Amino acid sequence: MIAEAGHYALVLALALALIQSFVPVIGARLRDPALMNVARSTALAQLLFVGASFIALVTLHVNSDFSVANVYENSHSMKPLIYKITGVWGNHEGSMLLWVSILALFGGLVAAFGNNLPLSLRAHVLSVQAWIASAFYLFILITSNPFLRIANPPIEGRDLNPVLQDIGLAVHPPMLYLGYVGFSISFSFAIAALIEGRIDAAWARWVRPWTLVAWIFLTLGIAMGSYWAYYELGWGGWWFWDPVENASLMPWLAGTALLHSALVMEKRNALKVWTILLSILTFSLSLLGTFLVRSGVITSVHAFANDPTRGVFILLILCLFIGGSLSLFAGRATSLKQGGLFAPISREGALVLNNLLLTVACAVVLFGTLYPLAMEVLADFKMSVGAPFYNLTFVPLFALLLLAVPFGPMLAWKRGDLLGVTQRLLAAGVAGLVVVAIVWAWTRGGSALAPLAIGLGVFVIAGVVTDIVERTGLFRLPFATALHRARGLPRSAWGTAFAHAGLGIALIGIVCETTWNSEYIATMKPNDVAQVAGYDLKLDGLLERQGPNYREMVAQFNVSQGGEALSVMTPSKRSFTTRGASTTEAALLTRGASQLYISLGDVTAEGAIAVRIYHKPFVLLIWWGPVLMAFGGMLSLSDRRLRVGAPKPARAKQRLQPAE
Amino acid sequence: MRRMIAAIVALVLLAVPAVHAVQPDEIMSDPAKEARARDLSRELRCMVCQNQSIDDSDAPLARDLRLLVRERIAAGDSNSQVLDFLVARYGEFVLLKPRFERQTLLLWLLAPLLLAGGGFALWRQNRRRSRSGVDVPAPPLTPDEEARLAALMADEPKSP
Repeated sequence: MIAEAGHYALVLALALALIQSFVPVIGARLRDPALMNVARSTALAQLLFVGASFIALVTLHVNSDFSVANVYENSHSMKPLIYKITGVWGNHEGSMLLWVSILALFGGLVAAFGNNLPLSLRAHVLSVQAWIASAFYLFILITSNPFLRIANPPIEGRDLNPVLQDIGLAVHPPMLYLGYVGFSISFSFAIAALIEGRIDAAWARWVRPWTLVAWIFLTLGIAMGSYWAYYELGWGGWWFWDPVENASLMPWLAGTALLHSALVMEKRNALKVWTILLSILTFSLSLLGTFLVRSGVITSVHAFANDPTRGVFILLILCLFIGGSLSLFAGRATSLKQGGLFAPISREGALVLNNLLLTVACAVVLFGTLYPLAMEVLADFKMSVGAPFYNLTFVPLFALLLLAVPFGPMLAWKRGDLLGVTQRLLAAGVAGLVVVAIVWAWTRGGSALAPLAIGLGVFVIAGVVTDIVERTGLFRLPFATALHRARGLPRSAWGTAFAHAGLGIALIGIVCETTWNSEYIATMKPNDVAQVAGYDLKLDGLLERQGPNYREMVAQFNVSQGGEALSVMTPSKRSFTTRGASTTEAALLTRGASQLYISLGDVTAEGAIAVRIYHKPFVLLIWWGPVLMAFGGMLSLSDRRLRVGAPKPARAKQRLQPAE
Repeated sequence: MRRMIAAIVALVLLAVPAVHAVQPDEIMSDPAKEARARDLSRELRCMVCQNQSIDDSDAPLARDLRLLVRERIAAGDSNSQVLDFLVARYGEFVLLKPRFERQTLLLWLLAPLLLAGGGFALWRQNRRRSRSGVDVPAPPLTPDEEARLAALMADEPKSP
C-alpha cells in the first residue's frame, strides 16, 4: 500500500510538473498574472507530492518491506536503523528519487521566497525548473522505479554494500545533490533571462544567493566525500582524480567561476553574456556528472552498450537541455547589451582572470575525464588519464590562480593600481618567502617545490589578513575604531576573506600530506612495536567481536611518544555475513592537525597480522580549508544585500544605486 | 568517494574487499630501489580496477604488476625501461600519465591553447571596446518597475 501510494504520488508530481512547464509560460505571453501565479502553487504542490513519495520509500526501508525490490536488494532486517534510512539513497533508484526531491525543494523555495521577483521572471524560472523536473520524473518512472514489487517476497534482504554502511554516506550524497541540483536555479534564471531578453544587475543579485547556496553544499559535499574515502578505503588516499570525483569537481570549478562573474555583473553591470553562459555550463556539467555516474559509461563503454536504457535516457535529457539552452543562448545572447567598461588592471580584470583560469582548469578536468572514452570509441585506442596527468596540468593552473588571489580583492573597480597593490602586499609576500626559507631549511626529503607551495599558501592567507587590516585600519587607527570598522564591514567582505584563507589552508595541508607522509608497512605479532614519526605503537593483541550484522577482528595498539602513553587505537576488519564481504575500519588518532592512521591487512598462519601505519602531518587542513570556504560562503549569504526576500524596511534602508 | 558513488550506482555489486595495497612481503630490501618502485607504481594503472594505480589497489593483478616492476628494477632497468617494458606488454592503457604523442596531442596541449586563446579573445575585446568608447546606458525601466521604484523611494527614511 505504501509503495503504491509513493508511486502514485510521483506520478501526480509529474502531472503537476507538466502543468508548471506550460501554463506559466503561456501566462507570461498573455501577461495574465493568474496564469503566471499557477507556477507558485504547482511548485509547492510538487514539493509536497515528491516529498510524500520520498517518505514512502524511507518508510518501506525502515519497515524492511522485502516485497519491494529496491528494499530487498539494498537492505537487511538486522541493519542498524540509521543505515536503513541512508540505504534509501545508497542505490540507483533511491538516489534518483533524492535528486528529484531536492530539485522540488529548490523549486518550492523559489516559489515560497521569490515574492520580490518580477512576476514574469518567477513564472519563467519555475517553468524551466519544471522542464527539468518532468524529464527526471519520466526517467524514474520509466527506467528506475523504486517502488516495484516482487511477486514472491523473500524473507531476508541482500543487505547494503558494507562500504556504504557508514555515517559518511548519510551526509555525503545529499550534500552533493544539494550542490548539483542547486545550480539548476541559476540555470533556470539564465534561461528565463534569455527568454525574456532582458537582464540587469538586479538579476545577478537574485541569482547570486542561490548559486552561493549550491556552492556551499557542493564544497562541503566534496570535502565530506574526500574525508570519507580517506578513512573508509583504508590506504589514506583522499583524492584520486577518478571520473566520478571529477564529475563533482567540474561543477564546483564552473560554479566558483560563476560566483565571481555574477559579482562583476551585480556591481558593474558587465560580463552579462559570460555570466549567462557560465550559469548554463555549470548546470550542464552537473547533468553531465549525473549522466557519467548513472549510466555506467565510465566503468566501461561496453557495460553501457550492454544495458543502454538508462544511459541513453539520461543522454537524451543531457542533449536536450544542454543543446537547447546553448542554442537559445546562441540565438539570444547578442541581444543582451554589454555595459560597464573597465581597464584590464582592475577588480573586474582580476575576476576575469579568475574566470579564465577556473574555466581552463575545468576544461582540463573535462577533457581528462572524457578523452579516454572518446579515444576508445572513435580511434579504438585504449588509454588512461590519472593523477600524474592532472599534477602536470591542473596543478600549475591552480598555482597561478592562487598567486593572483590576494591581488583581486585589493584592486579598485574600473581602474586599479597594480604597483600600489603589490606594495601593499609586500609584507604578505615577505611572510611567504620567510616561510619558504624556514621550511626549506628545516625539512628533509620531498620535492623542492613543496616549500614554495607552502610559501604560496602562506602568501594567500597573509594577503587576506592584509586586506582585512587595511579595511579596518587596524594598527593605523585606535583599536576601538578598528573594531568598530570591522563590525561595519559587509559580511560579504568577511566571507571573501574566509573563503580565500580556506584555499591557502587547504593548499598547505595538501602539500604537507603528500610530501612528508611517513608510512610503516609490516607484519606484526602481539607485543611488537612499530616506530613511526616519533610515535611508538605497540600491538597489544587481537580480539574477535560480534556486531549487529557483521563480525569484526579488532587489533589493539598502545600509542606512546617518548615513553609517555597517549592513547589506545583499535583498527578493525569487519566481515559482513550476508554479502560475504569485508571492510577495513581504520583507526585515527588526531594530534593537532596531524593524524596517525592504522589499517589492518590479513592475518598470517602464525597469528601475525599485516599492518599499515601512517603519520600524516597537517592532513586535517585539507578538510578544514573547504569547511572554512563554506563558512565564508555562509557569511556572505547572510549579508543583508543578498538575503532573499528581505523584509521591506530592511531593503528600503539601502540606498538605490543609480543605474550604471 | 569514488567507490561510494560507484556502489551507489550499483555498478559494483560485488563487495569491495578490504584495501591493502603494498604488502609487507613485496618491499625491496634497498630503500632507494623501493622508493623508485613506489614512484613508478603510482604512474601505472591497475587494469582491472576503476582508475586506480597499482600502488593503491589490492587486486591480485596489481600485486603481480608491483612484483613485476620490482623484478625489472632488481634486474637493473631504468625507470623508462620499466615503463617501456610494461607498455609493450599491456599497451598505453597501463600508463596513468599518457605519453605525448599523436593521439594525446590535444589532451596535453589543451590548457596552454585555451589560456592563449582566452587571453587573445580578451585582448581583442578590450581593444574593440576601448575604441567604441562610452558605457552603454542601462535599459529603461518598465512601468511596473517605475511604480515599484516610486514605492521604494517613498519608504526611504529621511536620514542619510
